[in-house]
Amino acid sequence: MKMLKTLNGNQTIAEATKQVDPDVIAAYPITPSTAIVETIAKFKADGLISGEFVCPESEHSAMSVCIGAASAGGRVMTATASQGLALMWEMLYIAAGLRLPIVAAIANRSLSAPINIHGDHSDTMGARDSGWIQIYSEGCQEAYDNFIQAFRIAEHLDVRTPVLVGLDGFIISHSMEVIQVEDDEEVKRFIGEYKPVYPALDISRKMTVGPIDFTDYYFEHKRSQIEGIENAPRVIEAVGQEFGQRFGREYGFFEEYRLDDAEICIVVMSSAAGTCKDAVDELRAEGKRIGLLKPRVFRPFPHQKIAEALKKMKAVAVLDRSSSPGAFGAPLFTEIRSALYDYSQRPKIVNYVYGLGGRDIMVEHFKEVALKLERVAETGKVEEMCGYINLRE
Amino acid sequence: MKKESWKELTIGTINLDAGNSVKNLTGTWRSAKRPQFIEENCIQCLFCWLYCPHFAVRVEKGEVKGINYDYCTGCGICCTECPPKDKALVMVKEEIKLVERSPK
Repeated sequence: MKMLKTLNGNQTIAEATKQVDPDVIAAYPITPSTAIVETIAKFKADGLISGEFVCPESEHSAMSVCIGAASAGGRVMTATASQGLALMWEMLYIAAGLRLPIVAAIANRSLSAPINIHGDHSDTMGARDSGWIQIYSEGCQEAYDNFIQAFRIAEHLDVRTPVLVGLDGFIISHSMEVIQVEDDEEVKRFIGEYKPVYPALDISRKMTVGPIDFTDYYFEHKRSQIEGIENAPRVIEAVGQEFGQRFGREYGFFEEYRLDDAEICIVVMSSAAGTCKDAVDELRAEGKRIGLLKPRVFRPFPHQKIAEALKKMKAVAVLDRSSSPGAFGAPLFTEIRSALYDYSQRPKIVNYVYGLGGRDIMVEHFKEVALKLERVAETGKVEEMCGYINLRE
Repeated sequence: MKKESWKELTIGTINLDAGNSVKNLTGTWRSAKRPQFIEENCIQCLFCWLYCPHFAVRVEKGEVKGINYDYCTGCGICCTECPPKDKALVMVKEEIKLVERSPK
């Protein structure tokens, strides 16, 4: 039955998993995603989930079980965070290379060292070249909606690529929100029946899964894999629209907030976007022409659409909740700066790393960024290309 | 053998042509040395057949009949594992570099 429920981010993922009821769930608990696995285990014990629930000895094994189960022909999900995702690393590439539509919920958390259990995007940004589709959520409702859509996107026959859904560790995973939980049958109808492609359990067909490639085939197979994620944008768009028609909440590649007549813009993903909206509202009340662009899909990166949305700005600040040591800016910044390269009309652009290891980002921090952006817009000069927010210098 | 373009490949590296490794003549990898079968020394223990990584030991009606050089990579494991003091398999100098078709 469709109803409002007070759930935290982890519970929304467990709730969505219960409704999707995948054939196999294999997961190992790790902070801050532990409650996803715990709640699913409870649902299974209570007989509310019919699929197999496997609790392996590590995240590497959890993803291995997912790969085996998906190869066999099952609909599969997992959940993890931080070191757990890092331990899955080699299996992430295999899941993508074998084109297995596995769905993973990631409660975004920092990576060691130093050990820290709080939220940032270092884990999933570390997996950005693994071939997985990456979708980020601003709150519990988005995490629930994104997670349900992820199955449709991953399983589309033109895509067949694993999808991870990010929800900020603690800030979303452990924060209660009143969310719209859709009717079980409606969710099942939206997801549809799973259609395996070349399931290994089909004994009428002789085949090899995961063969070795030499120099003469590896390149072609990788190119074939890339095609899957390159087909994803139109599927992500269609699924987001259909979700909107069905449930009243439509999704695209990113959200534009008061961007229409804006001259300066802050780009920030996930939970921090909510805080940024408050800052934008306050600055708008002061007459500042500022807006927010909140990317939702990071892989495949909607470079053209984002560039179109930003090209007319005077100055843009891209805020990254992860760092790429030694790189020319953090991951989101390099993508956006590169996306704007071919445009003759393009904004001045700066990068700020914020919130590593769960460091707070508040309304006043966004206002400081806005102040710096105004100066860049006025002078046309960038004094600090890459900086940090709320860091003791 | 025609090699497919990336557009022609089955999704997810799946190979639907099961058993196609017979087309891969691993004997082309062999260099310098190859095993020679000396039938009169053979005690038919089948150790060579068991250990050969490439199924290159020819067995007919349960008896070792020699080596299939289409697939023998010349690794020498069969010669090492052959138990008799006077071995039934010994490494000899490769005389013809090209792949030889073994008798069918």
